[in-house]
Amino acid sequence: MTSLERAVPHVASAEPVAPVRFLLDSWTVAHAEIRKLAHDPTEVLTRAVQPILWLLVFGQVIAQSRVIATGNLSYMDFLTPGVLAQSALFSAIFFGIAVIWERDLGVLHKYLVSPASREALVTGKAVAGGLRALVQTFVVYIVAVLVGIHLRWEIPALVGAALVVVLGAAGFATFSLIVACLVRTRERFMGIGQILTMPLFFASSAIYPIAMMPGWLQVLAHLNPLTYQVDALRALMIDGGPSTYPIALDISVLAVTVVVLVAIASRLYPRLAQ
Amino acid sequence: MRNAIECSALTRRFDVVTAVDALTLSVAEGEMFGLLGPNGAGKTTTIKMLITLLDPTSGHAVVAGHDVGRDARAVRRSIGYVPQLLSSDGTLTARENLDISSRLYHVPRAERRDRIEESLEFMGLADVGDRLVRTFSGGMIRRLEIAQAMLHRPEVLFLDEPTVGLDPVARRTVWEHVRRLRERDGTTVMLTTHYMEEAAELCERVGIMHLGKLAALGTPAELEAQVGPGATLDAVFTHFTGTGLEDGGSYRDVARTRRTARRLG
Repeated sequence: MTSLERAVPHVASAEPVAPVRFLLDSWTVAHAEIRKLAHDPTEVLTRAVQPILWLLVFGQVIAQSRVIATGNLSYMDFLTPGVLAQSALFSAIFFGIAVIWERDLGVLHKYLVSPASREALVTGKAVAGGLRALVQTFVVYIVAVLVGIHLRWEIPALVGAALVVVLGAAGFATFSLIVACLVRTRERFMGIGQILTMPLFFASSAIYPIAMMPGWLQVLAHLNPLTYQVDALRALMIDGGPSTYPIALDISVLAVTVVVLVAIASRLYPRLAQ
Repeated sequence: MRNAIECSALTRRFDVVTAVDALTLSVAEGEMFGLLGPNGAGKTTTIKMLITLLDPTSGHAVVAGHDVGRDARAVRRSIGYVPQLLSSDGTLTARENLDISSRLYHVPRAERRDRIEESLEFMGLADVGDRLVRTFSGGMIRRLEIAQAMLHRPEVLFLDEPTVGLDPVARRTVWEHVRRLRERDGTTVMLTTHYMEEAAELCERVGIMHLGKLAALGTPAELEAQVGPGATLDAVFTHFTGTGLEDGGSYRDVARTRRTARRLG
C-alpha cells in the first residue's frame, strides 16, 4: 500500500478478501432489486398471468387433440415444466429494459462509480433476475396442483427445480442485459426482445419433444439453454418425468452459460453509461 | 499539499467531435471548483473522465492521487458523484437508498446505521427517512443524493449540475447543505453548472469551458476584473467565449434537461 492510500481517511481497516468482497457487492445489488419488488410486486405478478393461460387454455386443447406424442407422460404433465421455463424466459428476456431505464435515470452511473467491481454488479443483477422467477415458479406450482398435474414434492426435487429455474432465468436476464448494452435505447430493445423470445421458445423442448422437430431445428434446440432447463425441470417437477440428459449435465450447462454471459456483460456494462 | 484533481492535456473525441480538447487543470485539496459553460461545452464529459465512467482518448488525469486510467478502482474508492440525472431510486425509501450506497461504497458494517441516521439528520431528511423517494420534492431528492454520495466520506465530491431544474428556494437549500458538508469534512468539490449565480455563490475558483477548452480560469472576482469594472459573470462569459450562455445545447440536451427538470419538479 502506498503512503497516499494510507492517507485516505475512513477506509475500512478490515477490508474483506476479494472473493468475499465480490459476494457482498453482488448481494448488495441483488438485495436492492428484491426490495424494489417488495415495494411494488405488480410487474412480477402480472407476468404470472401468462403461464396460467398456457396451462389452462393451450395445454387443455392440445391434450384433448392428442397430436403431440409424449410417451408415458400425459401432455399436461409434459407441458407444465415447459410453461414454467417459458414464463421465466419471457420475464427475464425483458430484464434489460429496467437496466436501460436505470441508465436513463442516472442510477446506473451511481453503481458504476462505486468501488464494486463490474463483475459483482452484473452478478448481482443476474441473481436478481434469477430470483424474480421464483414468483412465477410459485404461481405455476399452484395452478399445476389445481389442474391435477402429478408433481414431485420431495424437498431435494423442489430445491433442485428452484435452482434450475433461477439459473436459467439468471442466464436469460444476463443475456438481456447484454442486448441492452448493445442497443442502448428502450425502443430498440422492445423490438429486439420480441424477436428473440419466440425462436428461443420454439427451438426448445418446452411444448413438444425434440424428436418431433426437423433436423435443423433439433440442432438449434441442442444449442439452446432453455432445452436443458426444461429437461431438468421435467425430471425434477413431474412424478415419473423423464430427463434426456443427466440432471448434473443440465445444471452444468446452465451454470456455464451464466458464467460466460456474466463475463461478457461485465465488459459491456460500463459502455451503457458513456 | 497535493492537488485533489490534476488533468494534463485531457482529451476525449467522439467520432469527429472533440468534446474535451487538451484540458489542463489543477484543483487543490479542499477547494470548491466550478466548471462553467453552456450545454455541450464539455463539462459533463470532463467529469465522466475524472470519475472513470469514460476513458480519455489521450492525456492523463489524477484524482485523489490515483490515475483514472491505470487505477480506476482506487479513484472510485476516493470519490463521490451526484449525476445530473436522477440517481436515487424512487421506488425505495430514503433510508433504503442510503443503505444501498453505504454497502456499495464499503462503509464498515459497524458504522452504517450511525452514518445513515447522521446524514439524514444533516441533510434535513430525518422525518422522511422511511418515505418512498418518488414522493419527495426535487430539492429533497438532491439532498438525499448528495447524502448518498458522501456516506463513505470521499476526498473529492463531483456534482454535475446539482441544481438544474430546481426552484430558487430549493436551489439555495442545496447550496447551503453543500457548503456545510464541505466545512464539516473538508471535501474537495468539483461542480459543473450553467448558472452564473451558482458559480459566484459557491466556488472559490471557476473555469469557463467553451467548445471543449478552458476559455478562462480564476476566482469569480478576478474574472470579473479582467473584463472591466462592474462586470457580472454573465458578461465575463460572453467576453471569453463570444457567445451568450443561452446559446448552445442540442435537441438531445434540451430534451434531457427538461426530462430531468420534470422528474425533479
